[in-house]
Amino acid sequence: MTEIWTHDGWEMVVGLETHVELATATKLFSASPNRFGDEPNTNIDPVTLGLPGALPVLNERAVEFAMRIGLALNCTVQPCTFARKNYFYPDMPKAYQISQYDQPLNVDGWLDLPDGSRVGIERAHMEEDAGKSVHAGGGGRVHEADYSLIDLNRAGVPLVEIVSRPDIRSPEQARAYVSELRAILVAIGASDARMEEGSMRVDANVSVRRPGDPLGTRCEIKNVNSVRSVGRAIEYEAKRQIQMIEAGESVRQQTRHWDEGDGRTHTLRDKEDADDYRYFLEPDLVPLAPSAEWVEQVRASLPMLPGARRARLAEVTGHPADSEPIAVVVERGHDEYVLAAAAAGADPKRALTHVQQNLDDDGVAAVSATALAALVAMETGGAVTATQAKTVLAEMAGSGEQDPAAIAARLGFEAMDTSELEAMVDAAIAAQPDAWAKFCNGEQKALGAIVGHIMKASKGQADGKLVNQIVNQRKG
Amino acid sequence: MAVPSTATEIAAAVRSGGTTAVEVLEQHLVSIGERESEIHAFNLVTVDAARERAAAIDAAVAAGHDPGPLAGVPVALKDNMCTRGVPTTCSSKILEGWAPPYDGTAVSLLASAGAVMIGKTNLDEFAMGSSTENSAFGPTRNPLDPTRVPGGSSGGSAAAVAAGFAAMSFGSDTGGSIRQPAALCGVVGVKPTYGRVSRYGLVAFASSLDQIGPFTHTVADAALALQVVCGHDPLDSTSIPEPLPDFSAVLDRGVDGVRVGRITDLPAGADPDVAERVELAFDVLRAAGATIVDVEVPAFTYGLTAYYLIAPAEASSNLARYDGVRYGLRVDADDTNAMYSATRTAGFGAEVKRRILLGTYALSAGYYDAYYGKALRIRRLMANDFAAAYERCDVLLTPTSPSVAFPFGSKTDNPLAMYLCDTYTIPSNLTGDPAMSVPFGTGADGLPVGVQILAHALDEPVMLQVAAELERAAGGST
Amino acid sequence: MSDRLTSDVVAKVARLARLDLTPAELEQATAQLGDMLDHFADIDALDLADVAPMTQPYPLVNVMRPDVVRPCLDRDEVLGAAPAPQDGRFRVPPVLAGEG
Ligand SMILES: [Mg+2]
Ligand SMILES: [Zn+2]
Repeated sequence: MTEIWTHDGWEMVVGLETHVELATATKLFSASPNRFGDEPNTNIDPVTLGLPGALPVLNERAVEFAMRIGLALNCTVQPCTFARKNYFYPDMPKAYQISQYDQPLNVDGWLDLPDGSRVGIERAHMEEDAGKSVHAGGGGRVHEADYSLIDLNRAGVPLVEIVSRPDIRSPEQARAYVSELRAILVAIGASDARMEEGSMRVDANVSVRRPGDPLGTRCEIKNVNSVRSVGRAIEYEAKRQIQMIEAGESVRQQTRHWDEGDGRTHTLRDKEDADDYRYFLEPDLVPLAPSAEWVEQVRASLPMLPGARRARLAEVTGHPADSEPIAVVVERGHDEYVLAAAAAGADPKRALTHVQQNLDDDGVAAVSATALAALVAMETGGAVTATQAKTVLAEMAGSGEQDPAAIAARLGFEAMDTSELEAMVDAAIAAQPDAWAKFCNGEQKALGAIVGHIMKASKGQADGKLVNQIVNQRKG
Repeated sequence: MAVPSTATEIAAAVRSGGTTAVEVLEQHLVSIGERESEIHAFNLVTVDAARERAAAIDAAVAAGHDPGPLAGVPVALKDNMCTRGVPTTCSSKILEGWAPPYDGTAVSLLASAGAVMIGKTNLDEFAMGSSTENSAFGPTRNPLDPTRVPGGSSGGSAAAVAAGFAAMSFGSDTGGSIRQPAALCGVVGVKPTYGRVSRYGLVAFASSLDQIGPFTHTVADAALALQVVCGHDPLDSTSIPEPLPDFSAVLDRGVDGVRVGRITDLPAGADPDVAERVELAFDVLRAAGATIVDVEVPAFTYGLTAYYLIAPAEASSNLARYDGVRYGLRVDADDTNAMYSATRTAGFGAEVKRRILLGTYALSAGYYDAYYGKALRIRRLMANDFAAAYERCDVLLTPTSPSVAFPFGSKTDNPLAMYLCDTYTIPSNLTGDPAMSVPFGTGADGLPVGVQILAHALDEPVMLQVAAELERAAGGST
Repeated sequence: MSDRLTSDVVAKVARLARLDLTPAELEQATAQLGDMLDHFADIDALDLADVAPMTQPYPLVNVMRPDVVRPCLDRDEVLGAAPAPQDGRFRVPPVLAGEG
């Protein structure tokens, strides 16, 4: 479990709202391209522009992606409707956003984090994205600009908004939630989830309270656009609120803006003069009620999710599921490869270490799982040392040669016999009597000097495992 | 040779080479030249484009091609139907001069059927009104008595057909905006079942109520028009994916055995001259073999309230896009919010503002349940009541408008009095059922009276069948 | 005149709708909307608790389109019709903090 964050006896209560752009070819309600980085205002049609007379038609693939997200987050997929959220803003062409209001597609799920904690998912609903405003002149910030320029390429891009329950209690947990969510979205192919490009955006609802007290007044923080900022922003905001309360002020319900530059949150607007969005059912669309068959078909098509893949790899290799090697290998998508090597006879733990430390994507592509297994077998069988194995593996990855024994032979790597090694150990003990005495007194780190001596004498060819065995025998 | 005046005759003559599209067009342009300056049916007459188009149709005929079921028929379109490259203003200053970069579906279908678009007709701004007095470009006059209104909001389309400017025109009907002006101008007007005609390219007033439909001289022309513009459209999510019946097939069938309903609890308010003509219509149908059935539609009386909450609510949202950012009018100001307000305040007329305020109020926090939410429930009651009535009869008969055409200015001071014009037409918009107005003789001051025929969803054929019978009777009696 | 509707409420609604009303217009709008709401009070007595709201005249469900790109509008044509095009975009006056 993540440690609970506290500050002067206060705890933070955080819920995250994550907007994710779906990886469709077209927009949510029209057939213009959903593409990032094009010339401004080129991906536009009557619907995107909110032209008079234009009508929305729902993108079937977007619905499928939204269901994938819901199912991956253990939600219930239910019959749903679309509503209009009415507000004026220059990058919102119709002056209303088509979103899902009281009847969202996905409800009541959860997301398990690597540390074993669980964050509830309240809902994951579909909605359309807005366009982009470039605030020009006066320093480029929204509140100082001379004018703004509107690009509607992004307007109408399909989004799923994933609303967590206020279950998050620390910056680390918030970061873990965002990372895990991102990994899932990428794994299921629903989104490229690039925070730096804005295809995944996080808003944080932050409040503070004394543990056990009811929920405090919350502020919503917008514009948090990296995993790291999520942690920084909520920590800053929680401390700000605690400071206010301790100074005798009360927290006002606000929308605030995270400024990456100065590392603070700033007031955007008070929620007291809250917008009256006048939600009502979108009369240009009809209800959506995915059939049970469709839902099951989508569920069946989901790949194994990162959490399950980590658990599987942990079980096979014996590493803890939340350990670094497991996380890294699964994130890179090399877990199947490790499992294949293990199936081909490799020691799973050793295979995992090689894949994590010694093979990049190209290396994994170059070396077959069977060849890796053969190398690991040589290593565990004592035919080559760990250091030699690493050298052989680098050679295999570089050349694509699949026969580790041939490479080892070519490089002159031959196993030293035990008597030769024993002689080296004795020589090392004789040469470093102080270190040896300390080691025998229980100072484990004194061993380094002995082993270093042996490695030097053997030019790195000594098998470290065997050396350890002999040294311990000598110690008695 | 005399140029025929009904669309059916024109298309037949043009297709067979009996006349030319150019000749038909020129005759209509002569009528326009004679009276348009007085009537002001049009916001724009597209003379050059129409001439080009008519010539192309004649060329197609000469080359042995069939231009389609509306070959050479001059058609006028309400100026809230998007026409590519041709200004579409909704009779509002906020869209003055704006030309859509696309054609609406109905517009495309008419073009593919060989129709010749001759212009865009005047309307109450954004189709909000019942007299065409709310146009930013001045009112349309009733061709039958230019001191009186043509009705609205599709007053320009109704007047264009009544004055012989077009053989056929199209309007939109959100609460009676086709049927009421049809009645007041003495032409046939049809609101099809909601979802029969695509709304793609129709500038929205109230999305769940709007429906495009034709104005014609005859019931047969109306059937022909429906055959062209109805049909499923993948660009409109509310478009009905059902095959179309043959709308013309039933017109000669008579009404023997047809059950015609009389609503015994119909809200009062129709003038005696109008009520008398409706009674006569029942008599005529009975004499022709129809059975007259008494039915009750208790929710009818709440229609006006439900409508004047739902329509403005949807409109307040639909019209929010006119913000001066992407098209149309902009009145500049120091910040975006001030620019929005300056633009919208200058661009919208009084009635549009009134409905935006009413609709915004009905949707706003704290009032939604009392107003909009309640109106939606009344809408359900209304649909249930009508469905029950249609179990006992095939069509219902009511007045279209409570009165014949009224003088200019007589209702402009009192919005509520104007809203009452829609009492009888509103329910079919709320239920989505089809309804039409057919001219049936005259009332006070010799002005035309329209009888409204209502039918259940998708039952346009029986509605047209009854209309054809009334048309024959009216033709015989006048 | 309605006892439910005050000019404060109408003024708030006008702000939401981005419409400016002069004091005289505000007074007139309050009176007219009040009259309408009085007229609409005919529905107050109805018991509608068991009646489901009806939002769509013709019941359809699951209307979707395939995820296939179709041609876009021409940017120059669209921006040519815009009140203030600049650098391929729509120019607007500054957005003040608190808007939106
Ligand atoms: Mg949100
Ligand atoms: Zn959202």
